[in-house]
Amino acid sequence: MSLLTCNQFLNELSEYLDDEARGAVRDELEQHVSECPNCWVIVDTTKKTIAIYKGMEAEPIPDALRGRLMDALSRRTGRTPDA
Amino acid sequence: MAQPSAQPAPPDESSLVARAKAGEAEAFATLVNRYERRIFRLARNITQNVEDAEDVLQDAFLKAYEHIGGFQEQSRFYTWLVRITVNEALMKLRKRKTGKVFSLDETVDTGEETVTREIAVWDTPEQRYSQEELRTILQQSIESLAPLFRTVFILRDVDELSTEETAQVLGISIPAVKSRLLRARLQLREKLTRYFRRKTDDVFAYL
Repeated sequence: MSLLTCNQFLNELSEYLDDEARGAVRDELEQHVSECPNCWVIVDTTKKTIAIYKGMEAEPIPDALRGRLMDALSRRTGRTPDA
Repeated sequence: MAQPSAQPAPPDESSLVARAKAGEAEAFATLVNRYERRIFRLARNITQNVEDAEDVLQDAFLKAYEHIGGFQEQSRFYTWLVRITVNEALMKLRKRKTGKVFSLDETVDTGEETVTREIAVWDTPEQRYSQEELRTILQQSIESLAPLFRTVFILRDVDELSTEETAQVLGISIPAVKSRLLRARLQLREKLTRYFRRKTDDVFAYL
């Protein structure tokens, strides 16, 4: 039987998800998650949370903002803008 | 011999940095184009204000251009740029909230219970929501986190900086990064579960 409480498991959740736990600690975490349906769901949905944000592309910046930035950079470099 | 049909490889970062250091404006502009989206997202997430984020983006890239000669290349260029952006964003917040000092190093109340009230398996979110709806849900959920948690989550899990890099750019300890990341992940999981939880009538479909 798992010796860990759910709170102890959750405190180590990042180590578990990021595959940073080693040896006996890893074994204990594995055992807990295999015996505790609630923690299993938390592991599964936290993994999905991270995955869905990882796949989120940053939106393009407004054209006007890019224009202002490029103008400001051109002034610093002493070049006239290309356009 | 090079394949005639092969696309030219995009210039690698260290050669772009070297050319920018030598004063080549195009090389720096290429670096800007490569990172402007992520820098803008980061600035928006820290300042929570589009106008401030626009100023932060502009100030950060101008500062990077001015100081690129002093960039020692002991970290990745992007990490260096993030550090400048975080500093500019924090300065902006301090100016805006006059009288109230804002710091990413505020003590976090670690006594609070870990958030795990919503425990339910998920449907496939992409099947239930359109791309646009999904983007809104993700954006609103992340915006509702405290700035300390949100920033650490963005840097670690979205921008994929290491724990050490995140600690370095935010000027906080590694244990602080870890505890904030854990809290951020659990809080986001909780918020997303409200949208993505499987409808109770087909709960057994999971088994």
